[in-house]
Order: sequence, then structure tokens, then C-alpha cells
Amino acid sequence: MGHEGIGASVRRKEDLRFLNGRGHYTDDMNRPGQLYAYIRRSDRPHARLGAIDTAAAKASPGVVAVFTGADMAAEGIGGLPCGWQIHNKDGSPMAEPPHPVLATGKVRHVGDPVAVVIAQTRQQAKDAAEKLAIDYHDLPGAAGLREALAPGAAPVHDEVQGNLCYDWHIGDKAMVDAAFAGAAKVVKLELENNRLIPNAMEPRAAVGDFDPMSGDYTLITTSQNPHVIRLLMGAFVLHIPENHLRVIAPDVGGGFGSKIYHYAEEAIVTWAAGKLKRAVKWTAERTESFMSDAHGRDHISTAELALDKDGHFLALRVSTLANMGAYLSTFAPCVPTYLYATLLAGVYKTPAIYAEVKAVFTNSVPVDAYRGAGRPEATFLLERLVDVAARETGIDRVEIRRRNFIPNDAFPYQTPVALQYDSGDYTATLNAALKAADYAGFESRRAAARARGKLRGIGVSTYLEACGIAPSAVVGSLGARAGLYECANIRVHPTGSVTVFTGAHSHGQGHETTFAQLVHEQLGVPLDQIEVVHGDTNRIPFGMGTYGSRSLAVGGSAMVKAMDKIIAKGKKIAAHLMEASVEDVEFKDGTFTVAGTDKSKTLTDISLTAYVPHNYPIEELEPGLEETAFYDPKNFTYPGGCHVAEVEIDPETGVTSVVNFTAVDDVGRVINPMIVEGQVQGGVAQGIGQALLEHAVYDSAGQLLSGSMMDYTMPRADNLPNITVGTESTLCTHNPLGVKGCGEVGAIGSPPAVMNAVVDALREYDVRHIDMPATAPKIWSIIQAGRPRMAAE
Amino acid sequence: MPQVSLTVNGTQHTVEVENRTLLVELLREKIGLTGTHVGCDTSQCGACVVHVDGTSVKSCTMLAVQAEGANVTTIEGLAAADGTLHPMQEMFREHHALQCGFCTPGMVMSAIDLVQSHPEGLSEHQIREGLEGNLCRCTGYHNIVKAIAAAWPLMHGKTMPAAAE
Repeated sequence: MGHEGIGASVRRKEDLRFLNGRGHYTDDMNRPGQLYAYIRRSDRPHARLGAIDTAAAKASPGVVAVFTGADMAAEGIGGLPCGWQIHNKDGSPMAEPPHPVLATGKVRHVGDPVAVVIAQTRQQAKDAAEKLAIDYHDLPGAAGLREALAPGAAPVHDEVQGNLCYDWHIGDKAMVDAAFAGAAKVVKLELENNRLIPNAMEPRAAVGDFDPMSGDYTLITTSQNPHVIRLLMGAFVLHIPENHLRVIAPDVGGGFGSKIYHYAEEAIVTWAAGKLKRAVKWTAERTESFMSDAHGRDHISTAELALDKDGHFLALRVSTLANMGAYLSTFAPCVPTYLYATLLAGVYKTPAIYAEVKAVFTNSVPVDAYRGAGRPEATFLLERLVDVAARETGIDRVEIRRRNFIPNDAFPYQTPVALQYDSGDYTATLNAALKAADYAGFESRRAAARARGKLRGIGVSTYLEACGIAPSAVVGSLGARAGLYECANIRVHPTGSVTVFTGAHSHGQGHETTFAQLVHEQLGVPLDQIEVVHGDTNRIPFGMGTYGSRSLAVGGSAMVKAMDKIIAKGKKIAAHLMEASVEDVEFKDGTFTVAGTDKSKTLTDISLTAYVPHNYPIEELEPGLEETAFYDPKNFTYPGGCHVAEVEIDPETGVTSVVNFTAVDDVGRVINPMIVEGQVQGGVAQGIGQALLEHAVYDSAGQLLSGSMMDYTMPRADNLPNITVGTESTLCTHNPLGVKGCGEVGAIGSPPAVMNAVVDALREYDVRHIDMPATAPKIWSIIQAGRPRMAAE
Repeated sequence: MPQVSLTVNGTQHTVEVENRTLLVELLREKIGLTGTHVGCDTSQCGACVVHVDGTSVKSCTMLAVQAEGANVTTIEGLAAADGTLHPMQEMFREHHALQCGFCTPGMVMSAIDLVQSHPEGLSEHQIREGLEGNLCRCTGYHNIVKAIAAAWPLMHGKTMPAAAE
């Protein structure tokens, strides 16, 4: 016992099917008589829709149907719902314009779906879609935040003049203003958080099916949360009751947030399957993914930090513009508010914080949560600002952080921006990271690089995040239109094997292994006798899915609760069989024993008795051994840590290479160290991608310029270093496992570490701040601009 | 419609295709081998890599008719009949070189060709450059690089030459 349980780097159960090409991804699924959908999308950023001539497309070979927004509207199909309502400073609700499934009246971004063609083959549908004649009347468009807010900017939605979705704030402004008035030093920084495109390797896909005999709909979709899709699509869009709608999210090839949301294509194929009484499949081409998957980040901020004469932080003031894109994606409004501004305390005991956020509609793809979601934006702002403060006060970068850390004896720690941290040890993760990165020895490496003609820099980021989302009552009071508990059902079969039905969804996280380890640890069942089932609304009682690093903290805790119930019932059965009192029965390592005796029964004895209840306390106890639990978390969890990046810049080309990267994270109790390390490495890779390579770029009119993998720079193996990962754990105090979550830490802590290193490498060029991504042309230009000045000095 | 005859994982197939049908479409849609994936439409991602006559090929970049007479191996054809994994598959599992599994088939097929074509040994730098044509969004490549380095001695039946380290 123990070698397969908590703390063991068990090799993954799911790997064998993936390594042999036997995964079951959505596009691998085919239904009898299946048709194929191709979606014609707007190539205009902003236009009024005139007539759509479908005649030629309908006459094209193999075409079965063509539908437009008018066809869906005529049947009373609803718009795509938004799951979070933010209120303005004055208490009024945010602007929430309709989000039609297929565009009606106007198109609002390049990629906005206009019509769907359904044909016998994929190619026939695509060929026919080219024959649609769409009459566009172009309107001025703006994809950028400042442009969309400029006086006279064309409204993306006619009913939202000025393009302001909401103007929200948090914190005590008067207290902050007073602190600034009395500050010895104020540091101000303008920064942008670059827009990203998630690019999970599996493009989105959806297969809709309908059984006219039963009236049952089935949707197979690339989703991180099939029950949420069933709820949103069934209740708000297509009006199908839950008992007639099955949503399956099979193997899903990465999500990173982009597969949380209810997308138009899911509703289109499900509705069309019902209309045509045939299955309909849609699979995104990558180019479609670029212009239809929700994007991430895209903030412009002004940040000011007030300090006393000793470098203690007195107050933080932040003003942020956040891009919502053309429509509100499912969880978009909460990302730059409750997942961003509430994180602005970071790991620091800043006593006063005030943040205001304006969310803006633009002619661009909707923006929503992408790995980290709000927390990377907060961390980048804060950790860049702290580095600038260190430089402008003359205090060492590490020392100023230490001086302002929330001390270990301050937990639980109430921040000025709503959150209450339960545990952490920021000095421990900082010390461990500096040691592992040989921070002390850096100057000799800088000198050695200089001798090779390279500019070397080192950067530190000490960060915190809130995840394990989230207490339902809390998020409800903040505008969530859902609860954020999780559900688990544990079925002990008659012969003692176990099936776990979890509402969490695995799309790379390795739940089939980690969750089995939890069962092994608590029930003592061998790993090969444990099966984890996820991703099917007909098999799993309910679920809120996987995002916000919640699966273990919330879903795992639900499993623990369900197993507690199994053990409690098992004790009653064991007490009956062993003629003992329940209070005297103990359970350990899969065996029930009567304390102080040699009497024992295995879990298998008990499960067999439960299903063959011949000798059984039938008056008091139901047969069977299966329990369901819902777990609603008491608080967020607060992973944190320290990332250290070391970069080298080639001054001749401006190319920046990350040569060393060290992450030491506190993710709470670690169930499978191998999987945690992999999660952190993957997150760091995405963070380095944001820092150096990735940028979703629109032109001034709203045309997407980085619209393919030839234009958008995905990190490749030779762009990345080896990534050293360590953990320094403090336990979460409010969930039964003590776990915090590890999925997003890598993407949150790493971008400012890299950018602090880039600025450090360029210190002789008098660079104060560089916005991401630090591309070669940008760095080369900075070096070129700095050269004449250096020569003159 | 033209016919193509080819051998896939040791089995002879003759199928009708359109002129424009890609090899990956033939594999996935005509033969039902869905282990080979399509992750992009610009030949950037490498999820569709298979071996054609022993060499790694992006099957989205080859017409099905070009595979006439070819011997194609896909991810489904790697393990032995008794389920014994190819050393590269084994090392990917051992080193946690996959997460969501979507890039994995192409990654494994590219990695095998990379190791086979470097009998003199492979440095980490060479492995990273050799993976230029394959994108992974989950792992950060760290463990993929480790897995490939670990597979080299197993595939060549000797320790990696020190100079390559």
C-alpha cells in the first residue's frame, strides 16, 4: 500500500490508448447516416447583413440543407447565454446584447458564423458554402480597446453606444487615494497584456444526433464540461429538457479554457440533426479555430504603487481596459473582474488596493478564460510593477519582495480585495527557487555570456493565484449564474472493483490516474480494478467540469466525501457480519476490523454481501454499495510560488532565448508528482509563449492578421528550455485532501519572470518596461535605439 | 474516381478516392484508422505524421493518389501483435511525454524517424530541432525530449555515444 496511492508518480492509465492511436476524440466518432456541416463565416469585421442567396449552394452536389440566422430565429432558437453578470459602479447591470447562434442583422467580427451548409460529405459542404452569395454592407470596425472607446467609434451593438460593456470597480478608493497622498515614493507603469489564441491541438468539433422515436438528442462535443453545455444549450438555446439531451465529451485534445464555453456550432449541429433527422458532424479547420475559439487576455492597464521610504507597499491603484470581443462568451465578464482584480494583492501585504475595470465590445473574436484567466494578467502587472519599484527605489528586487511578503503567521489573511488566503509560505518557495536556479551565481554567468557577445538577464516572479473554483454562494453573490460545486459517484461492484463517475473532465490532466490513486489510497482497491468515467451526462449524475484548476480540489473532495459514505455504510455491514457494534469497526487498507480482535472482513466481502444480502441488516440498510456526493468548496484555494527565468539575448538579431527556467510552486498536497511536474512544465511553456512569441494581432479595421499557425507563433521544442520544477507544499486548510491545484500556476508565474529577465538583460540600454511578446524585431529595435545614446555617453 | 492500392500496417487496401483526397483523409475516413490526427490546415502541427516507405511524412501534405503502391505505417501499426509497445511508445509512457494525447501519434512517428535516421547519436539540441515540425500544447516538450533520448539506446541496442550527449 502507498506505492500507488497519494504521492506516487504512477504511470498514467490513459496512456496506452493514446499511444496506440485508440483514443476516442470527437472527430473520430461517426454516426450512421451522418451528414457534414460547413460553416460560412464572415470575412468582414463589421457589416450589415443584406440578402443571403442560398440557391446555388442548395443546388450544389450532395447538399441536404442550408440554414441562416433567419431560419433559426424563425424557430425561436435563443441566443448563446452568458453565465456571469457584472454590475457597474452605479449598481446597474452590465450591457448584455444578444449573441445569436448564426448572425442576424449584422456581422460583428471576422469569423462570425453566417450560414451553415449540410451535405453528404465534408468537401461537398465546403464547396457549396463557397457558392453562398452574401450581401454585406461594410461598417467601420475596431478590434482595439482604445479605438472602440474613442468618441464616435461605431457601436458593435447598436444598443450599446460607446461600446462599454461595464465599468466596474473594487476596493476602497478613498483609503488608496489617502495612502498615495502620503507616500514617499510612487511608481507608475502603463502596460498591455497581449491577446492570445489558446490553440489546443485538437480543433473543436461537434456531432449532433436525433432519434425521432424517442425524441432524444445527442451531442458529442469537444468540451471541458458536458453538463454545463447540456444546461446552457438545452435550457437557453434549443429548449430541450435534460432527459432528452445527452452530451458526451469523449477524449478531448487539450482545452486550456477554450473548450469551457457553449459555442454556436454545438447548437447548430444539434438543432440541424433534429430538423433533418440525421446526425450532423462539424469539425473546425484550424483557420476556423483562430477566428472562432474564444481568445484570451487583451488588457491595457495603468498601475501605480505607493511606497514608504523603506520600500513597504502602502497602496496599489489600477485602471484596466479589458477586451470582451464582439459578444459575451460564457464566462467572459468574470475574467477581468473577479479572477483578476481580486488577485492584485498577490503575495504582498499591501493594505489598500483599488482597481477599476472597463470592459469593452470590439469587432474581434470573443475573449474569455485562457489558462490562468485574469490571474496571469494580475500577476504580470504586479510583478512588473514590483521590479520597476525595486529599480526606482534602489532596493534589490528580491529584498523588496521579501520585505512585503504576507508573513507565515498572518494566515488566514484577508486581502483588501475580497479574498481570504488560507495558507502559504512565500519565503520558502522563493528561497527554494533561488537556490535551484543558482541565483547567487548569476553574475558570473552574465559575465560569461557577455564574453560570448550575449546579453544575459535574470528575472524573478513571486506569485499567487486563486483557484479550485469556487464556493457557490460567494460566486453567486458576485454575479455567477451557476453553482461551482462538483459531483462524484463511487460504485463498488459486487466483486470489489470500483467505478468512479466524476463531473470533472480530463483533457490531458490525467484524472483517470490521479483519481484512481485517491480511491486506492482511501479504499485500498488496486489501481487496475478502478475505472474513472467522465464526460457523459447519461452516465454521470451531474458535474460542473474542469477549469480554474478545480478538478482535484473540488472534484477530488467530492470523491472523498462519497468514499466516506461508502466506508460508513461498509462499517454497518461489517458490524452485522462480525456481530460487533458499528463504533468498534475500523477501516484501513481495504479491510474492516473489529478493534481489539482478530475479526476482519475485506471490502470485497462487504461489497459481495451488499449485493447478495442474504445475511444483511435489511431492515436498517439498503442493499448495494454506491454513493454520490456533491462538494461545494468553502473557499478558493491559493497556490503560489516563485519562478526564476534566465534569458540570453543576441544583440545582433534581437532573438531572446530562455536558457534556464526554474519553478518552485506550492500546490498543496501532491497526489502524483510526475503529473504535477508535467502540468507546471506545460503551463510554463504557454507562459514563455506569451512572453516571447504569441500575439493575436488585428489590423486597425478588425481583420485578424495572425490567423493561422503560419502567422501565430506557437512555441516549438527549440523555442523552449528544460523546465526545472520543484514543490514546497503548505496544505490547503479547508478541503479534505489539502490540495490547491496545479493546472494554471505555470502560465501565471512565468510571463513576468521572463519579462523581468529580458528587462534585466537590457539594463544598459535604460529600458524600463517592455510589453509582451518580446519578439526579435522589438528587442532589436530597442538595442538599436539604445546604441547611439550609449556611444554618446 | 481514381483507385489507390496501398499497404497500411501490413494490410493491403484498395480504395476509391477523389483526386484531391489527402492521405490523412484516406487513413481516417476510408480505412477508419483514426489514430492519425489533423491539428491544422497549414502543415504546421505534425499531428498527422505517418511513415511512408519508412520515412516520416505529414499525411495532410500528401495526396492519397501519391501513396499508390506505398507501404504506410500509422500509430496503430507500431505495437507488436501481442501488445508489446515499440520502445518509443514505452519511453513516452515512462517519461510522461503526453498529456491530452492528440499530438502524440504524430510526435511518436516523427520521433522514431528522428532516432532511426541518427545512428550516430542525438544531442538534446538535435532532438529539439528535429521536433520543429511537431507542435505540442500540453507538455512544454521537456518530457518528450527526455523520452526520445531514452528511446535511442533501446532502438539502436547500444548506449548513446558520449559525443552526442
